[in-house]
Amino acid sequence: MGTDALVISGLNAFYGESHVLHDLSFTVKQGQVLGLLGRNGAGKTTCISAIIGLVRANATHLELFGQSIAGLSPEAISLKGVGLVPQGRRIFPSLTVYENLTVAARRNRSAQRADWTLDDVYTAFPRLAERQRQLAGSLSGGEQQMLAICRALMTNPQLILFDEPSEGLAPQIVAEVAAVLKRLRDSGLSIILVEQNIKLALEIADEVVVLNTGYIAHTGAASSLRADSQRIEQLLGVY
Amino acid sequence: MNFWVIQGLNGLAFGSLLFILASGFSLIFGLMRIVNLSHGAYFMLGAYVGLSAIDAGVSFWVAILIGGLAISVLGAIIERFILRRLSGQPLAQVLVTLGIAFIIADACVWIWTGDPRPVPMPRELAGAFRVQQLAFPIYRLFVIGVAFTLAATLWFLLERSRLGAMIRAGVDDLSMARAMGIRTSLLFPVVFCLGSALAGAGGVLAGPILSVYPGLDTDMLPLALVVVILGGIGSLLGAFIGSLIIGFIYSYGQALFPDLAYVILFLPMVLVLTLRPTGLFGRQAI
Ligand SMILES: Nc1ncnc2c1ncn2[C@@H]1O[C@H](COP(=O)(O)OP(=O)(O)OP(=O)(O)O)[C@@H](O)[C@H]1O
Ligand SMILES: [Mg+2]
Repeated sequence: MGTDALVISGLNAFYGESHVLHDLSFTVKQGQVLGLLGRNGAGKTTCISAIIGLVRANATHLELFGQSIAGLSPEAISLKGVGLVPQGRRIFPSLTVYENLTVAARRNRSAQRADWTLDDVYTAFPRLAERQRQLAGSLSGGEQQMLAICRALMTNPQLILFDEPSEGLAPQIVAEVAAVLKRLRDSGLSIILVEQNIKLALEIADEVVVLNTGYIAHTGAASSLRADSQRIEQLLGVY
Repeated sequence: MNFWVIQGLNGLAFGSLLFILASGFSLIFGLMRIVNLSHGAYFMLGAYVGLSAIDAGVSFWVAILIGGLAISVLGAIIERFILRRLSGQPLAQVLVTLGIAFIIADACVWIWTGDPRPVPMPRELAGAFRVQQLAFPIYRLFVIGVAFTLAATLWFLLERSRLGAMIRAGVDDLSMARAMGIRTSLLFPVVFCLGSALAGAGGVLAGPILSVYPGLDTDMLPLALVVVILGGIGSLLGAFIGSLIIGFIYSYGQALFPDLAYVILFLPMVLVLTLRPTGLFGRQAI
């Protein structure tokens, strides 16, 4: 039993005066996928931003593999091994595909897994190899999403945060993203997966946290929620 | 015919000086989101420092280095001890750069008096270059050559190095660059010092053409601002094209419509702001 990938307790976040996250506590176990669900505006992105340090938050504990990351800058948190695939992809549009992949690339100090290299990425995503000299801003939405994922992988994180990776993509691209997520899960990476696509999230996640207007509304195993469509309906009003 | 060629070359020379000033201004604006209103004062102070160095007996070429170096040290101090403390407060940063501009301008009058001072031209570049009936000052051709070389060097640095990619990533999306682990806090002083050095060295280089006088700072700063709005914030290509456009308009405007010369400089800016707020080659709207 190793240390947990991420332990959050008593996390509160604010935008100016407005209190957006209230006393969130949850744990991402090493090698597991935590699905972070909730309706529009529930606070999922804010939670992700608080973990990576882009939003100022206070927490009783914010620990990455047993080390406190509370109050660190985003660059410091990233360098400690947190990868981010942000909502809306946010690849660097005026950099080429190659530059997007290499600009922040680094090796993993405590490598239990093999590092992702440019060759690995190009082998797994031949489309990116074909377009490596192209400006990233000229890629299609699906290609940009793959690039955003690979950009994060190239930093060889221990914990990776996905914020709605299937948003706005055509069904066959969503299936591709799902396949990538499963592959990463099976490689033993610890993952937080924010999704509005409940079916996708429940298929991949081990544990689930549901947010509702900044509060935790539900925590539990993904398998038990999968079997309980009534509870899903009640929590998320969909399905 | 001669008129168009000569004014064209004059425009090119003035645009070249503008590019040396505006390229750093644009990079600082794009990466650090600071409208550095002291940039014109850096240019003027660089020219004065270079002038004093020449008076003290050093060669023009060494004076350019001294001017650039002095202003880059000044820039480093201002970035480290003033701007960094105000990070995340853009309005405070802009106001403080305005204050610094006033302080530098006053200090210059105090040290170098209010009289315009011509900067002597290096002897080896004095004289004119003649083709048939055309005569054009060699020094201006040299300035054009410097600007084009600088443009190529900066292009290489920004487009072909990893440091350059990091800077462009920061210009594109600063939060994401940070979240990917790019240490932007180390990039800021690099870019600020580089921009300051260019302004200081550019001031010395401009000296033989423009002279140095109180008000050189406020004459140049708005032009750099226009160039950046026109070309796009943080875009090197934009600063280059924008500088040349403004250089030509300035040169032909002064010759053809002297009364309107200053007004028509701002017309392209107004057009761009209404039609394409990100500038010709930029990504961030003003
Ligand atoms: N920069 C901001 N400034 C002020 N309020 C914000 C800001 N960003 C988000 N909010 C507010 O915080 C709340 C949570 O937003 P957040 O983006 O975290 O939701 P979300 O769960 O990610 O939603 P979505 O599914 O639409 O992405 C919302 O009420 C939103 O309006
Ligand atoms: Mg969101």
